[in-house]
Amino acid sequence: MRKAPTVRKALRTILFYLMLLVIVLLTVLPFAWMVSSSFKGSEAIRTIPIRWIPERPTIEGYQRVFNMQGFSFTRSSLNSLLLAITSTFVAVSSATMAAFVFAKISFKGSGKLFAVYLATMMIPGTVTMVPNYIILRILRLLDTYTGLILPSLANAFGVFLMRQSMMSVNDAYMESAYLDGASLYRIFFQIMLPMVMPTLATMVLLSFMGSWNSYLWPLIVLTSTNKQTLQVVLGNMNGIYKNNEHVLMAGAVLTILPILVVYLISQRYVDQGISLGGLK
Amino acid sequence: MYIPNNASKRRTTILFLLPSLIGVIGFCLLPILASAIFSVMDYDLLMPMNTMKFVGIDNFTRILKGSEFPKVLKHTFTYLGLYLPLILLTSVGEALILNKSFKGHRLFRTICYTPVITSWVAAAVVWQWVLSGKYGLLNQMLAAIGITGPAWLNSKDWAMPGIVIAAVWKDTGYYALMVLAALKSIDSTCYEAADIDGASGFKKLTAITLPLISPTLFFLIVINIIYGLQVFDSVLIMTNGGPGGATTVFLERIYKYAFKQYKMGLASAYSWILFALILIFTAIQFRLQKKWVNYDA
Repeated sequence: MRKAPTVRKALRTILFYLMLLVIVLLTVLPFAWMVSSSFKGSEAIRTIPIRWIPERPTIEGYQRVFNMQGFSFTRSSLNSLLLAITSTFVAVSSATMAAFVFAKISFKGSGKLFAVYLATMMIPGTVTMVPNYIILRILRLLDTYTGLILPSLANAFGVFLMRQSMMSVNDAYMESAYLDGASLYRIFFQIMLPMVMPTLATMVLLSFMGSWNSYLWPLIVLTSTNKQTLQVVLGNMNGIYKNNEHVLMAGAVLTILPILVVYLISQRYVDQGISLGGLK
Repeated sequence: MYIPNNASKRRTTILFLLPSLIGVIGFCLLPILASAIFSVMDYDLLMPMNTMKFVGIDNFTRILKGSEFPKVLKHTFTYLGLYLPLILLTSVGEALILNKSFKGHRLFRTICYTPVITSWVAAAVVWQWVLSGKYGLLNQMLAAIGITGPAWLNSKDWAMPGIVIAAVWKDTGYYALMVLAALKSIDSTCYEAADIDGASGFKKLTAITLPLISPTLFFLIVINIIYGLQVFDSVLIMTNGGPGGATTVFLERIYKYAFKQYKMGLASAYSWILFALILIFTAIQFRLQKKWVNYDA
């Protein structure tokens, strides 16, 4: 009588771990396939059945990625890095400053203005894409990094996120600092920012990853080859190396690797961001 | 926080708001207005701006009456129709697993999230190769169990399902963590009561868990329809709308009208039609939610 439940329990545990294994395999196999293919030669890549460990591993794919005709993979990686850093700085500082005002400084029409901010979150990027392109054209900012980054000034989601976090900071700290003669700037930098550090870190990360991974906007704004970002170059390679998958896979590995490292180092803040974004 | 209303406060307030205001006005509000104007204009990007001329609702009628529009709708709804049920299933399933405690939990969670942080371009490049007809990973694995896989991205019928598979792979981890947050907020006494009544695991899932996380499921459906109607990166890289126009979708059309054919008016009209569709679907969702979403808990 006693034995039946334990057998069932063991079976259930086995079933559970089997399910885990299936999910892990489904998630990881495409990555493994990418890495494996990237170390194969152009013929070895087409084999039936699959050889996970290349017979004669080669870095030819990687060499070709770094010696492309017409555009430079290294250059575009640096472009992406530079752009991710600057646009993150722009987006986060503009949002944080605005959020501070919305959260802690009362002024006439504050509520209404914030409602407008919230409303802009509903407008899909699709509608603003064409006119934004034309605005940049009129300002003669097409094919410049300034033009690419400028729209990051509008970051309603960031304002919303930071405001939520700043509202929970006790006014007493800031009021007493104010009475002691601290300016609003000092209150902002020395009291508010340290208090909302976790949210700030989350926003920096989300913004950095978003910028590193973005495709459509850099694709339409930047036209000079030497200005292009990593994602756009990888997208272009897709057309050129149609039948050289090992080169493409090497490119994909090199594109994913940096952001993977950033994620692994800062996982805590990224996860926090998901719960902040998901739970309203 | 109370601060006396003086010139210094006003100056600071304006200065702090300014960057963000420039952004919101210049790159959100003004563009919406501009887009509305362009949508009733014939505007060729290659011509000087003063040659732009008013054409009324011509752009809209041209799109809505054209032979291409029903196809774009069909492809978009095929995408949504396949993607939505699949992503709900996989993300709830993954979240239920993540909600248990087991050895290697943290590693599992990290693995699940890796596709999410991968850029769509890289993911699409990899999936293109995974879905390759003869030598691709998927078809070789299907062959191992005796199934001859289709040519996926080169087949008119299977290209969209191929894109959906890649999208579900990429997005599951993201939505699973959202569902997980909802699962964590369920009061454990609910389950204790069910255990006393002798409810089965399946019964507990359908009678307790799913109703209690229904607000999150509702949120997932709403945002996934909004995002799904705007599917782009995956389509552009994996099929570029092909083969033979079998995967043309809204954003892909807008991109091509605006930046390949330079018809800015037509592209703007297209984006307003898409926006209208998003609004209609969201409104329907909010109507329907009364029937199944449970906010009492």
